[in-house]
This record gives sequence, structure tokens and C-alpha cells, in this order.
Amino acid sequence: MRTLTYWQAISEATVQCMEADESIFIAGEGVDDIKGTFGTTKEAYARFGANRVIDVPNSENATAGFAVGAAACGLRPLLVHTRADFMFLALDPLVNLAAKWRYMYGGDKGGVPVVTRGVVGRGWGQGATHSQSPHATFAHYAGLYVAAPASPADAKGLLVQALTGDTPVVLVENRNLYPLTGEVPAGATAIPFGVGRIARRGADVTVVATSLMVHEAERAAVQLAEQGISVEVVDVRSLRPLDDRIICESVARTGRLVVADTSWARYGFTAEVAAVVAEHIPHALTAPIRRLALPDCPAPVSWPLEEAFHPGAGGIVEACLQLCGQAPGDLPALADVAAGFQGPY
Amino acid sequence: MTSGRAQLLRDMVRIRVVEETLADYYRDEQQMRTPTHFSIGQEATAVGVCAATTSQDLVFTAHRSHAPYLAKGGDLKAMVAELYGKQAGCAHGRGGSIHLVDRAVGFGGSAAILGEMIPVAVGAAWAFARSGRPRAVATFFGDGATEEGVFAESLNLASVHRVPVVFVCENNLYSISSPIGARQPAGSTIQDRAEAAGVTAARVDGNDVFAVYEAAQRALRHCREGNGPYLLELATYRWREHVGPGFDHGQDHGYRPVRETEAWMARCPIVRATEILREQHPDIDRTVAEWSAQYGDEIQRAVVYAKEQPFPDVDALLDGAYHPVPR
Repeated sequence: MRTLTYWQAISEATVQCMEADESIFIAGEGVDDIKGTFGTTKEAYARFGANRVIDVPNSENATAGFAVGAAACGLRPLLVHTRADFMFLALDPLVNLAAKWRYMYGGDKGGVPVVTRGVVGRGWGQGATHSQSPHATFAHYAGLYVAAPASPADAKGLLVQALTGDTPVVLVENRNLYPLTGEVPAGATAIPFGVGRIARRGADVTVVATSLMVHEAERAAVQLAEQGISVEVVDVRSLRPLDDRIICESVARTGRLVVADTSWARYGFTAEVAAVVAEHIPHALTAPIRRLALPDCPAPVSWPLEEAFHPGAGGIVEACLQLCGQAPGDLPALADVAAGFQGPY
Repeated sequence: MTSGRAQLLRDMVRIRVVEETLADYYRDEQQMRTPTHFSIGQEATAVGVCAATTSQDLVFTAHRSHAPYLAKGGDLKAMVAELYGKQAGCAHGRGGSIHLVDRAVGFGGSAAILGEMIPVAVGAAWAFARSGRPRAVATFFGDGATEEGVFAESLNLASVHRVPVVFVCENNLYSISSPIGARQPAGSTIQDRAEAAGVTAARVDGNDVFAVYEAAQRALRHCREGNGPYLLELATYRWREHVGPGFDHGQDHGYRPVRETEAWMARCPIVRATEILREQHPDIDRTVAEWSAQYGDEIQRAVVYAKEQPFPDVDALLDGAYHPVPR
């Protein structure tokens, strides 16, 4: 199978879906510019033009409400936020309308399948309000689907599912994944929400991760294998619905659980996964659950502070060693996926 | 008596009778367990605007939803059943008073967060314009909603894209108990703010149903001819409390002078339309009395119907949150 980068996979899914369905349009700030949202909307703009790839005013709230209205009249909006932190300005239409539309109007009058892509993650020095990942915020609300694909194939398949389904969707894309390559099917094949995947088989510890942290967990697993520890990496792919079964089946086999996320621990993804295991298989655990998440402060800017702030492969290694009763030892430090970032911002 | 002008009066009488009856039941029986925002006293805005729409046009509203729903032709029995929380309700008991819907007649939905249906109407109208259909969308909101950022955003967005949407501001001077003078700068109007965004706008006496109707016709024609959005600022006044069935202009409530409320009641849109029509229709008072009796029977039947209907099945609590239901 041919390989594509993560951003190319998103672009391909978008173009293929827009070719197949004229009701799809893209709206976002600067989606038509030369950079094309990290390249992801560039080909769509070249193919379909300003009538279907629409630069909108700096009005996240109105644009999201606009998308709800367009979807209520049969169109399929794909909203794009180059910085997901701005999605907080769109919370009302997405949470109070899109998520609830089908239910609060009786369940039989159709939903509003608004698809929102939010780019998250650190570059360098993006700081407190330009590097957050609000996936757990949106995953809290019934009526939405939320996914954070880790691989190019999943980025394509989940976007295809979003653009062909009936449910409003929030897709979170970590910008550090855009250059990563992987095998991607040529066709527009959907991947269903709520189905996780085993990214790596293992027997001693389960690491449940999402988005960028799947790759950090895989790096950690390679190093841990050299120490004789076999790590299973579960990529949940979507946060809502969450594949409880794949998580519990893995933890039932390994007896140990590390949960890794790019956001905070309290009330977040790591808390949810821990709760699922505690509710369903409380006796399977042979060691306490470990959560790897952001420290309880906003994201700093200064380089060394930023390095200390973001969790990565090294933290996962440490957590797994601890759960398996091994001392941290003198393992070489692992570079994070984001380590090679060359700027400019 | 079926002239167009008489029909406007008749529709206002129907809404008045329905809402006054519902307010009584709401207060006396406490079986409608959903916050209701009555339009009693401001029927002319809903009737005048909705009468100017076609069956192909869509209407969205804020929380004060009964009057536009009925004026647009929404199913009365389904609305009353919704207020009683019954499966036969227009939203099957999942929406309540503030989430009415009847897509069959072009009532796209009501929602209760201030200003949130304004951009929804812009998006719906944009979808119509894109399809080349000569359809327009009207969205009702109060003066309070114009203080939300999304109002300004929506004016700008609709103006830039020349969207065929009519913004209908029912300016009833109060946001719950806060007078407009405490919330908006003296000397500025909502019309001014629309015009600053390049939106054509007009201020109209919102208690004169004929003036509202004519203004709405102009606004909708403006939209259909591809001239972009239009805002109507309609001056009106609610007689009852912000939410609930009672009156609240006595001294106990302390936020609006009794004299002010009485002055607006004297400008009742139904009385005024009746007076205007009396010249042409000398027997108009008898006709209004007949309508009142007729609609009194209709709403009583609707209440009986709603009460007889079953509540939703509790086993179906989750139905409709997703489609299909996730595993």
C-alpha cells in the first residue's frame, strides 16, 4: 500500500468526500490561504474554489451557529480551526445546539452533522492559549462524537466517517503528527467511531493512549522491550464513543494500566479510562493505575519549562518500569515526537 | 370576514386566547412543568412577520416561542402536548416550551440561549441562497440578545455574504428585570448597530400589526431580490413576567412602573387592529368575540387532548441522542 503523510491523508479524505457529496463545504479562518491549514485544505481549495472552501470572518461563535443552520437545511459543514483554543468561542453552538439538536427536537427530525477539525499541540513557545487540546471538554457532551486519530490511515478513515455520518463530530489533530507517514488506503473507506485498535501487542503493561501519545507509547515500548518488559499499546482512536471493550480486554490480560494523554488529568481522558477499568474489571489490576498527563498549570513558554511541561516517551517508560517493580536505571533519554521541531512557531 | 388584514387580527386573537388559557392552566394546575415565556401583549410582531413569509420560508426563534410557532402555522395540539411533556408533543417531550419545532410548516426551531438562533438562521438562509431557491429565513430575538457578541458576529457574517435573512428584534425594553437603559447606551438603537454592519434596517411600531406586516414584506422582498440581510427593530412590550404565567408590574416586583405597563396595555395590538378595521368592518367587535369563543374551544380541546396523551416511555430515555445509537 502507498504511504501518505498525516496531512496528506486528511486532504485526500476531504477532497474525495467533497467530490462524492456536493453538500460538503469547508469554512474556517484562512482555509483558502497559501498554507491551507498545514496543507490539509489546500487541494480542496484548488479543486473546488471559494464557493466551497470559505474564508470566514473572525467569528467562531457565529460561524459554528451558521454551520448548525446550514446542516439543518441539508448541507454538510466542515469547520476548521487552526488553533483549537479558539473553539472555546464556538462552545455554545457546538454544545448547546449541535450536540442536542436531534434529541431536544424529539429525536425524529434529523440531526445537524457539523464536523469540526481542531488543530492542537505544541510548536515552540505557543504557551497557555495556543497549544491546548480540548478533546475531553467536547467528549463530555452526549450527542457529539470526538476522535483524535494517531495515524494517517485513521486520520483519513475517521474524517470520511465524520463527513458521511449523521452525528456532529469534533476531530482533534495534533500538529506534530502532520509530517508522520503511514500506509493509507486509496479509497474513501470509513473507520467507525468507537472502535479502538491495538497499536502494539504486549503482555506485561497496557498503555492506553490517544493522538500523539500513541506514538510516544510506541517509542517507550521499544525501549522497554530491551528491558524485558512487554508493553501493549491501545490506541482508542475515538474518545466518544469510547471502546471500553478493547481497553478492558487488554488490561485483563496485562493487569497493569498506564493512561497517557496530551491534556490534563483531572476530569479528562485519563480519568475516564481509569474509571472504565475500575467499574468493569476492578480485580484485574495487579498494580495501581498510573496517569501521564499535563502538570496542573497552564502551558509555559520558556524552553526548559515547556520541556518539563509536556509528557512524552520518557515518562511512559518510567511509569511502566515502576508498575513492573523495576528501578528507573540508566536508560538513555527518549526524544519526544515533537523534539525535531524547527519552527518558525 | 376573510380579508388579509382581518386575518392578521384573527391570528393575534387566536394567540392571545391560547396563551391566556395556557397561563391559567399553568398557574392553577402546575401540570405544565416547563418554563414558559408568554408573548401576551406582543402578538403583532409574530403575526405580522410570519404572515409575510411563505410556506417555503423558515422561521427560528428564541425562548419566547409560542407566538411565532403558532403564527407560522405550528400544530397547536402538538405544542400543548409538548408543554405537558407528552410523547405527542412536537418534540416528544424532549424539548419543552423553549424547544418547539414544526418543520412541516417552516418553523425551524426555538432555542433558549440568548442569541444562539441568530447565526443558525444565517446558515439556513445561506444554504437556501446557495441552492438558488427564492427562500428566506426570519429569526426572532429580544433586545437582550443584541448585547451578545454573536449578534454582532452574525450581522457581519450575513452582510459580507449577502445572506437572505431577516433579523427580527422584538424590543420589549426589558431583559428579565433589567431595563434597556441599564444595558445599552442612551441614544443608540438596535437599528443603528445593524446599519453599522451594512445591514439594511428599519424601526417599526411593533404593536401595529399592519405596519409590521408591511415592513416584513419589504424586508423579505429585499432578501429575495438578492440584496442581503435586513433587520427589523419592533418596539413592543410584554404584559406578563419574563417567564411564567403571572403579572409582575406591581410594586412588589419593583422593576417597571405600573403606569408604564398600563400605558402599553392601552396600546394593545389587538385593540388597535380592531379599531383600525372598524371603519371598514362595522361588525368587527362581534367577529372578534366569535373568534375568541371559537379559539377558546380550540385551546380547551387541545388541553384535554394533551392531558389524555401518554408520557414518553422511560425505556426510550436515550433515544435520539445519537443516530444510530452508539454501542
